[in-house]
Amino acid sequence: MTAVREDFREIIRLVRPGSRVLDVGCGEGALLELLAREKGVDGRGIEISPQGVSACLARGLAVVQGDADRDLDDFLPGAFDYVILSQTLQAVLKPRHVLDELLRIGGQAIVTLPNFGHWRVRLDLLFHGRMPVTGALPEPWWSTPNIHLCTLRDFTELCEDLNLTIDTCAALASGRPARPANPASPLETWRAEASLFLLSRKR
Amino acid sequence: MTTSMPAQIAEDGGVMTFPSGVALALDSGGAIERLEIAYRTYGVLDEARSNAILICHALTLDQFVAGRNPVTGKPGWWGTLVGPGRPIDPARHFIICSNVVGGCMGSTGPSSPQSSGAPLGLAFPVITIADMVRAQAMLVEAMGIERLFAVVGGSMGGMQVLQWAADYPERVFAAVCIAAAARHSAQNIAFHEVGRQAVMADPDWRGGDYAAQGVRPEKGLAVARMAAHITYLSEAALQRKFGRELQRDGLSWGFDADFQVESYLRYQGASFVDRFDANSYLYITRAMDYFDLAAAHGGVLADAFRRARDVRFCIFSFTSDWLYPTPESREIVRALNAAGARVSFLEIQTDKGHDAFLLDEPVLRDALAGFMDSAAHARGIA
Repeated sequence: MTAVREDFREIIRLVRPGSRVLDVGCGEGALLELLAREKGVDGRGIEISPQGVSACLARGLAVVQGDADRDLDDFLPGAFDYVILSQTLQAVLKPRHVLDELLRIGGQAIVTLPNFGHWRVRLDLLFHGRMPVTGALPEPWWSTPNIHLCTLRDFTELCEDLNLTIDTCAALASGRPARPANPASPLETWRAEASLFLLSRKR
Repeated sequence: MTTSMPAQIAEDGGVMTFPSGVALALDSGGAIERLEIAYRTYGVLDEARSNAILICHALTLDQFVAGRNPVTGKPGWWGTLVGPGRPIDPARHFIICSNVVGGCMGSTGPSSPQSSGAPLGLAFPVITIADMVRAQAMLVEAMGIERLFAVVGGSMGGMQVLQWAADYPERVFAAVCIAAAARHSAQNIAFHEVGRQAVMADPDWRGGDYAAQGVRPEKGLAVARMAAHITYLSEAALQRKFGRELQRDGLSWGFDADFQVESYLRYQGASFVDRFDANSYLYITRAMDYFDLAAAHGGVLADAFRRARDVRFCIFSFTSDWLYPTPESREIVRALNAAGARVSFLEIQTDKGHDAFLLDEPVLRDALAGFMDSAAHARGIA
């Protein structure tokens, strides 16, 4: 039994038992399988790589080959209780549109993304004048898939702009349990390496 | 590791004749009395009758999906996916494949005799994909199978799979549709029309009455096959296989088959006429052209699948298939998602064109195996 990723742990904790979940960018289906096993969810996935889709099929998961930018439009409004987008929003072409779509097809969205305002990132840029390479952002600028990086503050502003409520926020650091965080706290904008958000549409 | 002799696979088949009074109702308004369906089965139906898989064949194929084809002596046409150790395995599944109505391998079609004894020819009614599926449903019901574990097919077989899910969702547990579409495109109709015109332009077609007159429109049917065969491949596959290679040294400065690709196509055409009936070709291509699953549901494809929410779907397409390109499969996936059905979809990288569904594609084989195994688990037959 391999250890369950801490961000997965936190997502599993947040999801209501028996709910309908879409995991966008589900990879080989590890999270969907855990959600099915531990929370009895009815899970679906979207995955871009054929190897990922094949692995999901072998796990008995219903997964469609596609990507977040293009294929969310296919789903009906409110088709899911949760739509999960893990470490992907910063890699899509139209993050604003995708975020909006997540909350069209899902009652709530669970989004995790790296915080470009993390102190190490800020210091790297300040002292070395270079695009930072960190645990959450391991690739150099010329090969990174992360084309739309943002800070914790940027993201909370976008949520405000899209009329979304942050129901839960947690700070993520690799290998350590998720820690509840206040996204509005100035300290947190320095401190969180990556963050997890549970979002819903303001009523 | 121990090696053992492969178990003898139970194989059965024949022609099921339905009594008069159990007619096949047709979309055209007519009906076929005393319907005959030629079929083949592989493996053993389990006691709960829960392990039956119906395989739907493509335009010019037949019921001999696995094992050895007793007519040609060649291996069955889907040995890559159906057989011992394959995703569809007669050791675990009861596999049924029947010749479509309108076909020429034993099921009722234009070469079936009318009361005078002469072949029906054009007196045979125009049939549709839904008619083919209705006939299959009659066969499956006659076998005492209430619910199929899976319906699987590629190309025209995939169309039948979709029709099954739309018309008999409660009788299907899982549906696998490979390299197909929910409707025939203008380009596909156009290619079929070229083929039909080639057949009908052959003086030996005789208005469809060739069999009674002791001739066969072989030239026309061969040309139809040659044109169709190009659509099954891809530019890259043709180039890789033949390039501009010549048959002999130097050009003939005439119209012999100078290029290897010409010779290959001529061979494809000539060998096809030995195994296929020209009128069946007209009827079956027509059925494909008429196929538009959304049309019967107010033009909304998702509405065709409203009752199929409990069916587990798996859709496959191939990157180089220009006959049924990936967007056609995505259209199906979109409709299934909109209908709230449980769908998986995979586009497979290959340069082999539409034909890839019949060839050994390890990614297809492995993904299908994964899907079938997990479906069997969910059905409680693993």
